[in-house]
Amino acid sequence: MPVVLPFEKPIVELLDRVRDLRELAQTDSSVQAELELLEQQTAEVARELLSQLTPIQKVQLSRHAARPYTMDYVNRLCTDWVELKGDRRFAEDEAIVSGVAKYHGQSVVIVGHQKGRGTKENLLRNFGMPHPEGYRKASRMFELADKFRLPVLTFIDTPGAYPGIGAEERGQSEAIGSSIAAMARAKVPIIATIIGEGGSGGALALGVANRVFVLEFGCYSVISPEGCAAILWKDGSLAPEAATQLKITAPDLLRLGIVDSVIPEPPGGAHQDADLAAAQLDEVLSQSLAELSLLDGDALADQRYNRFRALGTFES
Amino acid sequence: MAWPEKNLPTTDASEKQSLGEGIFRLCGGCSVTMPAEELDANWGVCPSCSHHHLIPAAAWQQLFCDDGALDEWAADLRPQDPLKFSDGTPYTDRVKRAQKKSGLPEAIQIGGAKLHGRPIAYGSFVFQFMGGSMGSVVGEKITRLFERALADKLPVVLLQASGGARMQEGILSLMQMAKSVAALERLRAQKIPFISCLLHPTTGGVAASFAFLGDVNIAEHGALIGFAGPRVIENTIRQKLPAGFQRAEFLLDHGMVDMVCSRLEMKDTIGQLLDHLCSGSDAG
Repeated sequence: MPVVLPFEKPIVELLDRVRDLRELAQTDSSVQAELELLEQQTAEVARELLSQLTPIQKVQLSRHAARPYTMDYVNRLCTDWVELKGDRRFAEDEAIVSGVAKYHGQSVVIVGHQKGRGTKENLLRNFGMPHPEGYRKASRMFELADKFRLPVLTFIDTPGAYPGIGAEERGQSEAIGSSIAAMARAKVPIIATIIGEGGSGGALALGVANRVFVLEFGCYSVISPEGCAAILWKDGSLAPEAATQLKITAPDLLRLGIVDSVIPEPPGGAHQDADLAAAQLDEVLSQSLAELSLLDGDALADQRYNRFRALGTFES
Repeated sequence: MAWPEKNLPTTDASEKQSLGEGIFRLCGGCSVTMPAEELDANWGVCPSCSHHHLIPAAAWQQLFCDDGALDEWAADLRPQDPLKFSDGTPYTDRVKRAQKKSGLPEAIQIGGAKLHGRPIAYGSFVFQFMGGSMGSVVGEKITRLFERALADKLPVVLLQASGGARMQEGILSLMQMAKSVAALERLRAQKIPFISCLLHPTTGGVAASFAFLGDVNIAEHGALIGFAGPRVIENTIRQKLPAGFQRAEFLLDHGMVDMVCSRLEMKDTIGQLLDHLCSGSDAG
């Protein structure tokens, strides 16, 4: 059953009509002109509607249950995927997927948060909230990439690192800190893309990259709007105000220098056309990877250092 | 069901136990009443039960630095308000209040000091300043602490007491974690020691960045240390947390810190550690 958010309804209705007409156009070429006009109108309506969303509505879109997840992109962008599992210390954590694959003919290491489709898979993947084992697996992948001189593509999509008893017992803090450190050290190109939710330290643990991109309706925040509202006003229902105050939407992130660019999504959002979303992501990723591949290992580490070194604002 | 409520761990103890005006103090551990001078003279450690009360950054400086002397670095950095953040009270007003309350411009002090005669790079969070939270200034100063220590080949001793990243500077606060850890990695590559002291409390973005990356991690006796705050965890798992959860001794049991140390023994312990760690290398 497709999930439709209230503000999406007009767009979804138009997109349904486009799909019907597209099907018809396969057998009846006389509707081709009508189809093109409807496609154009739909794109305009979608852009208009989504441009007026409030920050909390964009957060809802970034969490949309139908949104493409890491493996949806990997399957479209890569070939020869070999998944690699486990942290070699305690367990396998399915909230993070990792492995090696060919991207435009080049071997790369992939690390990404992975949410589940439906309850069963979501329980397996803990709704994309990793335990320390997930971050230790990620660290292992960054070290593997460094060792074999393979570029890294990361995909960020998590509500946050899991806050639970076991996670604390096994050192969630240390695992995240070490993952950040492993990314900072690596002498290979790293490109991070926020494809959905970028939830705090649990997101940053995959986000220390030479280039950081965000999809048009992705978000990235130091704390969830709900958590922020709970702390500031002891009232989680004030999340919409917190979302506004925190400046977490893609244009905010670009303005603050957190991301290098915003990757446009298909009309209505990535979940309306995962193929097109992947194609648009591919364009940016492939170009960035080509640019970064010109730099040697030391230059890559320095560029990454200086990129993050410059973030922050103060008077002196 | 009206079960008697267990007392929740106090994560914002600075508010509740700040040593206000008055002649007597009530111990937060054993409820003994004692003259304020007696508690202050013992660095906030209860003489009866060893409960560690919060003490200001200035007291830590006296306790750790030879002659209490700190050659402060980057003391001129002041916070800005990049998000124009307001929770009803503008962030700029919150900063002014915190500056007045703590008598300091931001939530950390860094500088050069000596520890038992050995030059060190010293940093100390100011928990009384917005819960020791890490915004751009704190992140910048920690980064400079590591960079200066690298340039001057000084071992780093960092005292952490922080609720985590500062919400009011939003995503820029989160980025300070990456910035500071990247600087720490450069220090590590040159084999210069980093002694990480996790005081009460050390949570959130400070815990999840450099705090656990010390060559030696020392937890203060009784300190609350963890990634997520106890209330967040309780709300997630919908269970009461076991006694002692996320306390220093819990972390020791789970292998996350090298030792739990009384505040009164910490300096001597670090002195010994640096003697050992620096004896095999050029550092320090």
